[in-house]
Amino acid sequence: MMTASEWAIVALSLKVSFAAIICTLPVAYSLAWLLARRRFPGIIFVDALVHLPLVLPPVVTGWLLLLTFGRNGAIGGWLEQTFGITLVFQWTGAALAAAVMALPLMVRAMRLSIEAVDRKLVDAARTLGANKWRAFLSITLPLSLPGILAGAVLGFARSIGEFGATITFASNIPGQTRTLPLAIYSELQIPGTDIAVTRLAVIAVILSLGALMMSEWLVQRSTGGRAHVL
Amino acid sequence: MSFDIAINKRQGDCQIDVTIRSDSKLVAITGPSGAGKTTALNCIAGLIRPDSGHITIGGRCLFDSEEKIDLPPESRGCGYVFQDSRLFPHKTVLANLNYGAGRAGTQTAPLSLEEAVSLLGLAHLLERKPDTLSGGEIRRVAIGRALLSGPRFLLLDEPASSLDPERAEQIISAIEALRDRHAIPIIYVSHDAAEVARLTDFVVSTGG
Repeated sequence: MMTASEWAIVALSLKVSFAAIICTLPVAYSLAWLLARRRFPGIIFVDALVHLPLVLPPVVTGWLLLLTFGRNGAIGGWLEQTFGITLVFQWTGAALAAAVMALPLMVRAMRLSIEAVDRKLVDAARTLGANKWRAFLSITLPLSLPGILAGAVLGFARSIGEFGATITFASNIPGQTRTLPLAIYSELQIPGTDIAVTRLAVIAVILSLGALMMSEWLVQRSTGGRAHVL
Repeated sequence: MSFDIAINKRQGDCQIDVTIRSDSKLVAITGPSGAGKTTALNCIAGLIRPDSGHITIGGRCLFDSEEKIDLPPESRGCGYVFQDSRLFPHKTVLANLNYGAGRAGTQTAPLSLEEAVSLLGLAHLLERKPDTLSGGEIRRVAIGRALLSGPRFLLLDEPASSLDPERAEQIISAIEALRDRHAIPIIYVSHDAAEVARLTDFVVSTGG
C-alpha cells in the first residue's frame, strides 16, 4: 500500500498533529470557558486574538512565530537558554505552528458547547454543597464533552493540513518538519512526480475525511445522536 | 428564632423587599408571579446577592451586608427544590439523588435513601436518565435530591405544582411530617392559598 518513505511522512504528520492537539486542549478549553462564562474588559480583543490565525495569512502567523519563538525571539531565546529547547527547524516547531492554527477551531467548538450548559444546573450543584471547582468538574466539564471531542478532532484535521505557518516557522526539513502538505509541495517542485503527488494527495484526503467522520461519530455517540459537528 | 430575614434587592424596575421574623418552623411566601418570590429564595440560597439586609436561619448568619458576611451557596447548607427542578441531565436518578449526599459539615439527612425512594415512589426510576421522566417524576426526584443533601433548611419553590392531586397530597403530607418531626426550618413558596393555609400560619406576601 504505502511505501516506507510515504509512511514516514504520514507518521511524522500524525506525531506533529497529536502533539499539537494534546498540548492545545487545556489551553483551548480554558480560553473557551473564559469567553463563554466571563465578562471582562478587553474580552473582544482576546476573542479576536484567538481567532486571528483563522483569517491572517498563514505566512504572517509563521513569521510572527519566528519572531517570538525563534532563537532570538523573546520566548524562543528564553526557552533555549533556560531549558535548552529549540523549536525552529524541529518537529516540535511544526507542532507549535499546527497548534496555533488549530486553536481557533478548537475554541469555537468548545465555547459553543460550554455556552449550551445551563448555568442554572451549576447553581443547583452549588446549593447541594459543591464548590465552584467540583461544580465545574461534575457538571460543566462532562456536559461540554461533545464540544471537547469535536474541537479536538476538528483541530486535528486542521493540523494535518497545516502548511503556510509550518513552512515559514519550522521550514521544510525531511524527517523533521516535512509533513504531508509540505511533502506534496516539495514533490510538485520536481518535474515528473505526478504519481508521487497523487498518492500523497489521496492519503491526505483519506486522513482528513477520516478525522471529520470520526469527530461526527464521537459527538453523536457521546450525545446519543442529539448533537453534530458537521 | 428560626428566621430573621430582611432582603432588599432591586432587579430591573422592580424593588423586592422581603422581611421574615418568625419562630415558626415553616413559613410561606405567597404573591403573584413576578413579585419576586423566587428572587427572594435565590438570595437566601446565595445565588443572588441582595443589595442590603441580613439572612439568619436557625441562628446561623448566612448574609449580613453591614457585617460583610456573605457565605457562598455551597456553605449555606440549603436544600433547594427549584421551580424548574434542574436535574442533572447526564446523571441517573440515583446519581442525582446522591449528588449532595456527601456534603461535609452538616447534619445527616432527615431521610435515608430508602425512605426517600419509597416516600416519593422512585424505586423503579433509579437507573433512568432525567430526559425519560415525566414532569411529576422529575419534581419528585428534585425533592428527594434536596432532602438527601443533609440540609440545614429547606427552600421549596412550588413543590406541589405540576403533580397530580394524589401525588401532590403525598408531597404535602411529607412536608407536614418534616415540619413536625424534624428541626429543619422550611420556607415554602406557593400561589395556592389553601395549600399554604394547611402548612403554616406564618405567611409573607410579596408585591401585588
